[in-house]
Amino acid sequence: MSWSQEELVAAAYAVVFVFVLVYVAIIAAKLARLQRETAELVELARAKPRAGA
Amino acid sequence: MGVALVLALVVAPEDADQGISQRIFYIHVPIALTAYFCFGLGAFKALLLLWRGEERYDLESYVAIHQGTIFGALTLITGAIWAKASWGVWWTWSSNQLVLFLVLFLFYCAYFMLRFSLEDGPRRARSSAVYALFGVALIPVSFLAIRLAEDFIHPTVFTREGPQMTGTMFATFMVAWAAVTMLAYTLYRVELAGKRLDADLRELREVLQ
Repeated sequence: MSWSQEELVAAAYAVVFVFVLVYVAIIAAKLARLQRETAELVELARAKPRAGA
Repeated sequence: MGVALVLALVVAPEDADQGISQRIFYIHVPIALTAYFCFGLGAFKALLLLWRGEERYDLESYVAIHQGTIFGALTLITGAIWAKASWGVWWTWSSNQLVLFLVLFLFYCAYFMLRFSLEDGPRRARSSAVYALFGVALIPVSFLAIRLAEDFIHPTVFTREGPQMTGTMFATFMVAWAAVTMLAYTLYRVELAGKRLDADLRELREVLQ
């Protein structure tokens, strides 16, 4: 398959763009998981009887 | 990043020898320099861990090397595309600087294999730090090979007489370099904050359960 120079330049920049996009998506998914875990821990902390109460 | 893209793809003049494919230079070289910097930062943090013994340097070293590996992979991919556009080959094993960069990249890929084969704790942190420090020796070798080889794949554009390009091209390169560095720094801070938060939450869960 032959590639034109313009296509290859576009491919180089597109690869970087896609990499950054995927990286940001992974970080966003991780932040969503951390948010869920924080909410769970808040529930757990509330459900626990306070010391001395 | 947007300004860098406009400068690189629209404003910068076309190179007389390479034509449009030279525009890959504005993304490939800043990414390669950032990869070297991230590996160097990872080794520096590893040195601080071994020197001061503070646990936080382990995570900082790991995240920097992780960033370096991502930017290293991008360097190899954009470099292969540039080689194909300019010289008609994706890769050549006869070029020392390409092979040396691949060795550097694979060396730091193996860092993750070492790290995740050990149990979490001070032993893993120390072993990873020592490995990261060994890898830093490859950075000047890989960087200087590009200057010493002087073959057609990597023509030296930054000489003692200054950059061998027009003012606009040099300004575009500097803006692109600043943009990629800022991107790497942002990703480093975000990943580090995420990992620290993850560790804190794990600790909190243990306390609460």
